[in-house]
Amino acid sequence: MSSIASAGTHGLEHHAEHGHHHESFWTKYVFSQDHKMIAKQFLITGIIMAVFALILSILFRLQLAWPDKEFPILEVLLGSKWAEGGRINPEFFLALVTIHGTIMVFFVLTAGLSGTFSNLLIPYQLGARDMASPFMNMLSYWFFLGACVVMVSSFFVESGPASAGWTVYPPLSAVPKAISGSGLGMTLWLVSMVMFIISQVLGGTNYISTILNLRTKGMDLWKMPLTIWAFFLTAIVGLLSFPVLVSAVVLLFFDRSVGTSFYLSDLVIQGQILPNEGGSPILFQHLFWFLGHPEVYIVLMPALGLTSEIISTNSRKPIFGYHAMVYSLVGITVLSFIVWGHHMFVTGMNPFLGGVFMITTLIIAVPSAVKSFNYLATLWRGNIRFTPAMMFAIGMVSFFISGGLTGLYVGNSAIDIHVHDTYFVVAHFHLVMGSASIFGMLAGVYHWYPKMFGRMMDEKLGYLHFWLTFVAAYFVFFPMHFMGIDGVPRRYYAFTEFPFMEKWMSVNVFITWSAIVAGVAQIAFLWNFFSSIRFGKVAPQNPWGANTLEWTTPVKHIHGNWPGEIPTVYRWPYDYSKPGHHEDFIPQNVPFSETMSSNLPHDFEGNPEAERIQREWELANSPQAEKETE
Amino acid sequence: MGFINNSKFRAVVVLAFIVGMGLANQAFSQEVVDTAGQAVDTAVVTAADTATVSDTTAAAGGATAADSGTTTAAAPAAATTGTAVAAAEESGSTIDPQVYMNFFYGVLLVFLICVLVGVIGKIIQIYELTRRMNGKDTTLYARNFNAQLFVLALVLGLYGVYWSYVHHGGQAFRAAVTEHGKSIDNMFIITTVICTVVLVLTHIALFMFAYIYRAQPKRKAYFYPHNNTLEKIWTIVPATTLTILVLFGFFTWRSITNVSEEAKQEAILIEVVGEQFAWTVRYPGRDGKIGERNYRLTTPLNGLGIDFNDKNSWDDQLGSEIVIPVNKPVRFQIGSKDILHSFYIPDFRVQMNAVPGMKTYFQFTATMTTEEMREKMDDYNYDFVMLCNKICGGGHYNMQKKVRVVTEEEYTAWLNEQPYFFTEDLRKEFQLSQATDEQEDAKLLAQAN
Ligand code: HEM
Ligand SMILES: [Cu+2]
Ligand SMILES: [Cu+2]
Repeated sequence: MSSIASAGTHGLEHHAEHGHHHESFWTKYVFSQDHKMIAKQFLITGIIMAVFALILSILFRLQLAWPDKEFPILEVLLGSKWAEGGRINPEFFLALVTIHGTIMVFFVLTAGLSGTFSNLLIPYQLGARDMASPFMNMLSYWFFLGACVVMVSSFFVESGPASAGWTVYPPLSAVPKAISGSGLGMTLWLVSMVMFIISQVLGGTNYISTILNLRTKGMDLWKMPLTIWAFFLTAIVGLLSFPVLVSAVVLLFFDRSVGTSFYLSDLVIQGQILPNEGGSPILFQHLFWFLGHPEVYIVLMPALGLTSEIISTNSRKPIFGYHAMVYSLVGITVLSFIVWGHHMFVTGMNPFLGGVFMITTLIIAVPSAVKSFNYLATLWRGNIRFTPAMMFAIGMVSFFISGGLTGLYVGNSAIDIHVHDTYFVVAHFHLVMGSASIFGMLAGVYHWYPKMFGRMMDEKLGYLHFWLTFVAAYFVFFPMHFMGIDGVPRRYYAFTEFPFMEKWMSVNVFITWSAIVAGVAQIAFLWNFFSSIRFGKVAPQNPWGANTLEWTTPVKHIHGNWPGEIPTVYRWPYDYSKPGHHEDFIPQNVPFSETMSSNLPHDFEGNPEAERIQREWELANSPQAEKETE
Repeated sequence: MGFINNSKFRAVVVLAFIVGMGLANQAFSQEVVDTAGQAVDTAVVTAADTATVSDTTAAAGGATAADSGTTTAAAPAAATTGTAVAAAEESGSTIDPQVYMNFFYGVLLVFLICVLVGVIGKIIQIYELTRRMNGKDTTLYARNFNAQLFVLALVLGLYGVYWSYVHHGGQAFRAAVTEHGKSIDNMFIITTVICTVVLVLTHIALFMFAYIYRAQPKRKAYFYPHNNTLEKIWTIVPATTLTILVLFGFFTWRSITNVSEEAKQEAILIEVVGEQFAWTVRYPGRDGKIGERNYRLTTPLNGLGIDFNDKNSWDDQLGSEIVIPVNKPVRFQIGSKDILHSFYIPDFRVQMNAVPGMKTYFQFTATMTTEEMREKMDDYNYDFVMLCNKICGGGHYNMQKKVRVVTEEEYTAWLNEQPYFFTEDLRKEFQLSQATDEQEDAKLLAQAN
């Protein structure tokens, strides 16, 4: 029996057969079409890529901290072409930065984050047996894996990986003579990216259609957890913007390989006059950032969704302003499409356009501010349980605020003249993406680990991981703001050629040590993650006392998620600490008839019959109810 | 809240941990071998280029490679390819065994730290065991310890922010020395004040709420799903603040970028053209006009591809550095020969990309000479500098041009010394091409008749 059949059918007739049918190793672990397994595949692939990108960042941080020092071991590891005499070569430095950025943004925080949690939670939290199209889902993972392999393989080509920055602006990325990474390495980058986008589109279509079509009975849109809202809107953003990147990439491919001039004009590369005429590099930037900016929200929104859920559950309080949270996500979704020009204030784009983009950009700060305040209000008068997931969620809010605030600088075209492309920008986007989103993702991993692997992670190691990472991330990225204000450009191989940068050398050493600490701290996570798969304490069904449907499924994974009928949903997911109820949570599948003592008039959405029953019950039980409250 | 058969289980974990680390270690050194192999691979490629080394050296190379543990694996590969190791030898890349030792020590150190963490974990476990025997809770105390740490983090964090502002901010921020730069600085400072206030207040709320409302077994959280008034307030307040910032920013931006025609006429026009990895500065000469460029005319002599048919170019001068007069508007015309670069002068709050096939402009007025700046900074070597701020290849980190702001007289004097682009040699070249052109024209004409 295929899971395609089981996905659409809500019937229970065939579920009796479960346990009879056997999956081979291949269909279970490798070519799996089960959303839970695909989620794990995405997660583990994402973690591996993250470790890889982290090691790259440590490598270039070594160079930045000790530009004059030799690290012979690097020559052993990287070969004498790229690290002759143990010193990283300037072009290879750029390759490291480029691949680091690409992997972190696309492979870790887009596929690793959305791929994991959308796949895991959409069917679980909506009460579906699987994704709308499990086969497409499987393809999505395999295209992603292919993209990863191609990207990493570019380290093994002779001319090195792509080196034009993760934004791959032409002409640098288009002309192999300009930098060696723009040879085969760049072609691989483009191929990898196209595969990646195919994966995203397959995944996104699936997420959207599942959310729209496969919700269980009673799960109307306004009863969906914020995680689902976030994944839904993220998928929409991705579906609308990633294809534009395909066009950018394809045109770049033509310019590189077919001799067209979409982006190229008037080039004299190292004395050689190129024939291209009439193209514009600015065109690429428009196309790239039309994806690129929504992309940062693709990275951020799932993290916000996960954080909302975790903060609410662990504060034992409803998320404050559920509707406002949804509307601000919708606002961010819409606005994210009309702000891309803020990356191009000083690229030669018409300055009037720059002014317009500044206005739209600063408007997008409003929904972000609303979200932050709502998080704070959710914590207020809560009964906060500091599980590791909650720690990371709180850290996420901290980074979201501190990184978001510097958006007011870079989003302001006048100030951006000064800080554009400096370390200020590096600090800004690392706080919002590199820290906030990563923390959201880690919070999600700690929180849903019991659901994914049926075991608990170690809390103490989680705390260690949190504190080291939290402090080190601030140590790494906070000082970078000041370098940027001083005018230190990003993507500089060494700070040695300018007298005014000398004062930052000691800061660079500090940053690099912090980065090393942050890197080593991830061992605590990796150890915890991988060892708990086998040795973790067996998880109870609902370890966090949460309301959403995934915690009503058995700990041991089964095909189709629920052994019997899919639960029906009666209430929103945030009935935590509802007055009058004996427990501090009421799962979504508990009908109001079982919680007469805690129902509020608002709960019935104006249904007169239900209100009448409630009133009658209250009349009948009023003396008792009084006693309870005394 | 039963803690399961704790100690035995944990002991197993610690053991597994140690074994695992051992394995990881091995995997790691495995990786070293792999990449060493890869190093050889790349060496093979170099060898192909330089393959002139005799086999005896190759053998010697193989022998040295066999010394150290990790290269042994690479040695067979080296032996088969022979010259590869030799080439590696040649480029002087025999690795001192000490390097491997150091690396090993590094890994060992990390490993020891991990073991230490494991041991501390064990101790905590024993502590929890005693707590449990005394009938105390074993989860909440640890969770709430984090609440205390949040307070500590808040205090230290706020102090850290203050310290950074004073120390790092102090050395990072220098007031702008241009007219428009002053308004950018104003915006910058206002934004910083707003952001700092918000940062501090929200973090106090975040971490203090975390501390105050830490879980208590008996307490129940306050059911508080929404409050429309509050939500309206914190939508409207940021919205108004942002509107003010937007308007202020918009007008500042327009005043910088939207230069009127008269203002353009008044300014001194100077061209800078970027290429990998240098800048060429062109002054317009007496006519105040810069001649057109046509990239197809680029020759070794005429690096910019100046079109000398355009007579405006005949008196264009080559600037050895960027020199501008103080308190005079200057307008930079920015171009690129090859790929994107960016014309960035931090002290001036000036930045504009150099785009091939397109001219971009930035007009500004410097308000302080280099001399004055040196006095102000109390640093007699201080210089303004223009640096490339758009990734452009291996030399990106060192693509600069000194900028000197001088008095009007000094400026004129300096300019008089700058050479013309249209040198003797170029003139000859130009006349030559002119002549052939004319000949061709004549030929065509003759044919037509
Ligand atoms: C240990 C953690 C990390 C460290 C130490 C680190 C450090 C850095 C530094 C110093 C740069 C700028 C280099 C330069 O411009 O010269 C950089 C670039 C970048 N990083 Fe990270 N980073 C880390 C984690 C992350 C994460 C989690 C993300 C995810 C969003 C990320 C995304 C990027 C991006 C997009 C770039 C820009 C690449 C480019 O300029 O093309 N980084 N990183
Ligand atoms: Cu953006
Ligand atoms: Cu550059």
